[in-house]
Amino acid sequence: MNPGQTENANWRMFARLSVLALLMFGFGFAMVPYYKKFCEVTGITNLLQPNAKQSEITNSQVDKSRWVTLEFDANTHGMPWQFAPLQRSVRVHPGEMTQVEFQIKNNGSGALVGQAIPSYGPKQGAAFVKKLECFCFRQQALAAGETRRMPVQLVIDPALPANVNTLTLSYTFFEVPAADVKKSSAAGAANGKAG
Amino acid sequence: MSTATHDATHGHGDAHGHDDHAHAHKPTGAMRWIGSTNHKDIGTMYLWFSFTMFLVGGAMAMIIRAELFQPGLQIVRPEFFNSMTTYHGLIMVFGAIMPAFVGFANWLIPMQIGAPDMAFPRMNNLSFWLLPPAALLLIAAQFAPGGGAGVGWTMYAPLTTQAGPAMDLTIFAVHILGMSSIMGSINIITTILNMRAPGMTLMKMPLFCWTWLITAYLLVASMPVLAGAVTMTLTDRHFGTSFFNAAGGGDPVLYQHIFWFFGHPEVYIIAIPAFGVISQVIPAFSRKPLFGYASMVYATASIAILSFMVWAHHMYTVGMPVEAQLFFMYATTLIAIPTGVKVFNWVATMWKGSLTFETPMLFALGFLFLFTLGGFTGLVLSITPVDVQIHDTYYVVAHFHYVMVAGALFSAFAGIYFWLPKWTGRMYDETLGKWHFWLSLIFFNVTFFVQHFLGLAGMPRRVPDYALQFAEFNAISSVGAFGFGLSQLLFLYVVLKCITSGPKAEQKQWEGADSIEWTHLPSPAPYHSFATPPVLK
Repeated sequence: MNPGQTENANWRMFARLSVLALLMFGFGFAMVPYYKKFCEVTGITNLLQPNAKQSEITNSQVDKSRWVTLEFDANTHGMPWQFAPLQRSVRVHPGEMTQVEFQIKNNGSGALVGQAIPSYGPKQGAAFVKKLECFCFRQQALAAGETRRMPVQLVIDPALPANVNTLTLSYTFFEVPAADVKKSSAAGAANGKAG
Repeated sequence: MSTATHDATHGHGDAHGHDDHAHAHKPTGAMRWIGSTNHKDIGTMYLWFSFTMFLVGGAMAMIIRAELFQPGLQIVRPEFFNSMTTYHGLIMVFGAIMPAFVGFANWLIPMQIGAPDMAFPRMNNLSFWLLPPAALLLIAAQFAPGGGAGVGWTMYAPLTTQAGPAMDLTIFAVHILGMSSIMGSINIITTILNMRAPGMTLMKMPLFCWTWLITAYLLVASMPVLAGAVTMTLTDRHFGTSFFNAAGGGDPVLYQHIFWFFGHPEVYIIAIPAFGVISQVIPAFSRKPLFGYASMVYATASIAILSFMVWAHHMYTVGMPVEAQLFFMYATTLIAIPTGVKVFNWVATMWKGSLTFETPMLFALGFLFLFTLGGFTGLVLSITPVDVQIHDTYYVVAHFHYVMVAGALFSAFAGIYFWLPKWTGRMYDETLGKWHFWLSLIFFNVTFFVQHFLGLAGMPRRVPDYALQFAEFNAISSVGAFGFGLSQLLFLYVVLKCITSGPKAEQKQWEGADSIEWTHLPSPAPYHSFATPPVLK
């Protein structure tokens, strides 16, 4: 090759290698969307999307082989309160966390403090209903005409005898005598466990 | 190509001129160096620059080891310590070892393939002169408000996106170093592919040229990726992007993927030219041709290709799926095969050879033993379940110093002692050279061998203070480091003594050296060599 030819060949090589370098610079940036997509598809380090697979995470404590029907019942004892569950019954697996709501309304003309007492049917079911959160844990103070929705969070113990397929959870509100009213509940604060 | 007047001897025949200073053959004084387009001048500048940076990075290592001599904080503040580990790494990798081998490439490639100079002499000049500003930026970063960026040489987000102004200086330095490397690589590839003398086929090239051809491709393909990574860091810091900022939808782990996509080829960018030097030195002192030349070429190419597929073995602990961990583990262990081919070829070259043990050969043998040892600890680290235990411990520090110092640096010493007679026309002091070798070998092992034990016992890297049970090994390691550092001043003395007052060297100083810079060129090599291509059989 004469010098002129070599020089031309050199510049062609220079151009080709520069393009390669530029492409590799672009490749670094192309890794950004590619990485995002890759993580999305494979479900790893997916920080942007809500975790779609969360519901599929199995809780080994849940016994999916059986259903238990939970029925709710609500009563008041000598109080001008209207008290009812927002759902009559729910079907759950033992070991599964459930939340239901109750509603009370003070139809009387003055403020009253009441406390709900739970009871279970069948009676031996009581030991298998694990309440994590319940309005019955504390006294409820309602002003005249006030309405309140209250949650109950519970789990049925998977050890529940196999022959029990239905459990009834019944609450009855009793008026709390003035002498026993806890200051905190009268103030509306949420503490103190009375149940 | 526009050429300076003295380029006429390069055989381009188009010398014309805006070259307005009067000179007979070559410019003198500072301008000779600043404006030089001569591959030998530029090679020399690369080598001196890299030695200067080696001393700067080495001084930082001395600060690190002084602080670690005893448990507790004695000498420096932790932030400064972190800055020292960071810039020690950056300066040694980008300022010392890489430019050293580019210096070798500049000096040797045109002489070994029978070319008059590099393909792009002016770009060659620019490649070199980009380095000092980058080095100054790295040093200036120490004096930025808040001190140097103690982010580690890997510059992981999110630490880098939160670091002080020193980080910006560091990022710009990396940009400039990257540009320099890419231009240098383009120059080397073009020179090797287009400018070989007639008869010098690719498979007849000395192995050093082959290793640099492959390394240059690695550089062109990987340095831009690093440039991209630090650019993203820069825009995350100042321009509101969120590549790595989780609060804005980015992912810091992405940085690690991009960085190591560059970072693993970088390991071989450092190691492969070292293989090339060793492949020249061992045959010369065994007085036998290199065993398995073709398999050496293929093994080097396989290592280069595999290096792009193993990056995530640096990040087993980021929470990858187990399938990915297995893939990267197997791909990594696969690299042991071509590397084993090379090691066995070197050993087979020595088999039944007429061995003599001059300083270059001693360093080559030191390389062979210690690099292989570093390769073995690399295999240990490649096994995912083991790596999870010793990730980010001193075991890793010991491993990469065995391959970087005993590997790349020892091979650079071997190469410098080997070619000094050709470069300077004078012989170095063999006795002092051997002292330099033995002192380096012993102090290197005193420094780094004990760090394996520290790592296995659980001492994390990048900490200025440590638990009391690590005290003895750290004290030993520090003593070794000071000894190793001082031994390198002896090297400087040997080189200066050789240049100023060494006895005259012969054209073929080494009996077994057979590449054309030894057989066709006198010592010292003339300023312009192979202006007309050599006649090769």
